Amino acid sequence: MAEIVIKAENLSFFYEEDDGAKIPVLQNFDLEIEKGSFVALLGHNGSGKSTLAKLFNLILTPESGNLYLFGKRVDENEMTDDELFEIRRRIGMVFQNPDNQLVATIVEEDVAFGPENLGVPPKEIRQRVDDALDFVKMKKFARHSPHQLSGGQKQRVAIAGILACKPEVIIFDESTAMLDPLGRAEVMSTIETLNKEFGTTIVLITHYMEEATKAGRVVVIDNGKKLLDGTPKEVFKETKILRKAGLDIPQTTLLLQELADMGYDLPRNALTPEEGAEALAKILSEKEKIK
Amino acid sequence: MLKDITLGQFFPGNSVLHRLDPRVKIVICIAYIVGIFLCNSLAAYIFLIAMTVLLMLISQLPVKTVLKGIQPVVVIIIFTAVLNVFWRGGETELFSFWIITIYLEGVTSAIFMMIRIIALVIGTCIILTYTTSPIALTDAIERLLSPLRIFKIPVHEFAMMMTIALRFIPTLIEETDKIMNAQKARGSDFSTGSLAERAKALVPVLVPLFISSFRRADELAVAMECRCYRGGSGRTRMTQLHLAKRDFFSILLTALFIASVLLINQYFPIYVV
Repeated sequence: MAEIVIKAENLSFFYEEDDGAKIPVLQNFDLEIEKGSFVALLGHNGSGKSTLAKLFNLILTPESGNLYLFGKRVDENEMTDDELFEIRRRIGMVFQNPDNQLVATIVEEDVAFGPENLGVPPKEIRQRVDDALDFVKMKKFARHSPHQLSGGQKQRVAIAGILACKPEVIIFDESTAMLDPLGRAEVMSTIETLNKEFGTTIVLITHYMEEATKAGRVVVIDNGKKLLDGTPKEVFKETKILRKAGLDIPQTTLLLQELADMGYDLPRNALTPEEGAEALAKILSEKEKIK
Repeated sequence: MLKDITLGQFFPGNSVLHRLDPRVKIVICIAYIVGIFLCNSLAAYIFLIAMTVLLMLISQLPVKTVLKGIQPVVVIIIFTAVLNVFWRGGETELFSFWIITIYLEGVTSAIFMMIRIIALVIGTCIILTYTTSPIALTDAIERLLSPLRIFKIPVHEFAMMMTIALRFIPTLIEETDKIMNAQKARGSDFSTGSLAERAKALVPVLVPLFISSFRRADELAVAMECRCYRGGSGRTRMTQLHLAKRDFFSILLTALFIASVLLINQYFPIYVV
């Protein structure tokens, strides 16, 4: 079995209201994420999925429960600053709004921000910046200013900025939510390549079903609790549970399921439009033959 | 609409001035200002004008752009000149009417003052703002002031604040534009009415802009923390500034300039003020 990079055990977290009332966000949450895996955390707004990400990155401290990162139990109060920053380096995070995570006025300066903070020697920073920009295909924009770029391009620069720190895990916190369909596709393909070619562990937080289908494992969160956990095919079969959690089902799956309910012999777990088309074509051609 | 505002006044180019080390440029600029204030005779001022024109030629900036730099200070120039003409006493009377007496010394000092201000504005524009990108300038300031760190002055933090401000100006302008359009769609009117009314119409623009700026600041802080930012200590930089031959050469020229001004003051004391 692969190494577990993130392990949450009985994790709970509350937000405190102004009047002192505690609003539970996560309740006794358990989760294990294996090295090199691609996990999608799915949930509607306010389900606690972003809070979970901030706990993993030690931006927030859990109320109770244990968090193990890279096999070691972490407790922010017992950590030195260096240990804390080492964890943050190993677990990179890309946020929702691309504008609010770029620091510098020039693309390559921004990508260099992370390694500069880590005290990497200048020559190596140069190398890392070039490699990272090359990987996200933004090399020719290296000297541009961020505000000249499209949303998808900005988000790819943000990814390059994280890559330059050489993380082992990257958490994407709704990183495609503010992008147009084109930008979303660009970012998704970057994420997939990262996982496949570099074996970077990916935690993708999203409420887009189509994106979640790209993951190897989908975890559905609702009201701070784990609702479903499995491969996309296993998870998206559970139409009723997903609906109850306020989530949409991929349109292809929905269509085929309704047809299947009407008595046609169709798979209930098809995810992509291609899969759906293939299944439908198969049935149609069989019908032709009968005729 | 607001997008067209040019930020800073940097004109990219490839002249020697553009390529000089920004730290050296700041030092040269200060020396040049000192040189201007050392001038005290007609010959020295002519020399100053010649040098400023030379600077303009080296920078390869269009004359029109450079002269535009004076625009914001025209009022100050006129005001200083008028004050000098009317209120400066002297020995050679030129013209007298009622209680007003104008002396030759007043006129010459007014002209000198005008040359001084114009040379000051044009010179600093050419050396610094027109030929240095804001980011290079911030960087240079941080590095030049870094010795102050031993006095616990947060030099890096100031530079970081400047960088972030520069980074977010276009973003905030865009946002202002969006909010203004949104308020226009709701029927607010920014272009008619008295000044007070127009200022009042801007309140519904500024409030959301403020709120969103705070949210942005919050998110940016978290994002910076995630990228291991912990202030200036232990930080390295990707771009390293190296002094080239041209930097030393330009420092030498600046020293020569100041020396020349002093010599001219000494040996050609015509119309000394």
